[in-house]
Amino acid sequence: MDVLALQDSLNTYLVLGAVLFGFGIYGMMRNRTFIGMLISAELVLAGASVNFMAFNRFLAPDPTVGQIFALFIMGLAAAEAAIALSIIIAVYRNFKSIDTDDVAELEG
Amino acid sequence: MTPILSPQGLAGLVFLGCVAATIAGAVIATSAARLIRAVAGLALCMVGVAGIYYFLGSPFVALMQILIYAGAVCVTIIFAVMLAEPHELKRVGKIHPLAGPASILAAAVLVAGLTALAGKTPWQATGCRINNGALEEVGQSMLTTYSMSFELISVVLLVAIIGSLVLARSGRSK
Repeated sequence: MDVLALQDSLNTYLVLGAVLFGFGIYGMMRNRTFIGMLISAELVLAGASVNFMAFNRFLAPDPTVGQIFALFIMGLAAAEAAIALSIIIAVYRNFKSIDTDDVAELEG
Repeated sequence: MTPILSPQGLAGLVFLGCVAATIAGAVIATSAARLIRAVAGLALCMVGVAGIYYFLGSPFVALMQILIYAGAVCVTIIFAVMLAEPHELKRVGKIHPLAGPASILAAAVLVAGLTALAGKTPWQATGCRINNGALEEVGQSMLTTYSMSFELISVVLLVAIIGSLVLARSGRSK
């Protein structure tokens, strides 16, 4: 196996995307704060983008599709981060905490 | 075996560096004790992913990745951490005893499954490509074939801006 030619095979990128996805899932289950979970969600999205870009480079007949998809994922991730952070700020104002355990009551 | 002192060998070295930055950043981002370090790990991971995009033949997406993730998103998260983290080390080491092993197990099963699936599938390379995927073609197809999604995402971003302003405004007097 040629270590220095890894960038020329599709499988390298697919495995890297899977590893990023796995780290995202791990962090989302393990983290106790909302901001930690948001960071893990960004990792999951990055894994998905790497997969799309890899298929775009190696398999797609139209090599613009994957790039446009990755750009749209970035836009949606930015919108998601803005909304999630403003929810976190609002929760912090009400509960004085961003731990998931402290925010355990629902009111109508 | 590629000789290390050839252009291909050096490119391979740079690629391995990008992969190492990505994985190290992901490790820091998921298991750092303090949130601010996790954000720094996320920035490192995103810069590594931008290098991966460069190797996948689209420098534009790589630059956008650095600009949006390592720039905008990380800075926003850092602002939220500074606004909303009173006792940083309050909860460290107090996670549920089953949460650590269970999350590692779940992530390992997912990664192993996806890797096996990627290795077993016979991917079929396309015979011909209708363009070379340069920035010019990306712009053209974004404003012709994908113009509907382009407009929709601008509406989504507008709604997100207004929504986050409204959400962050409520309860301001407390």
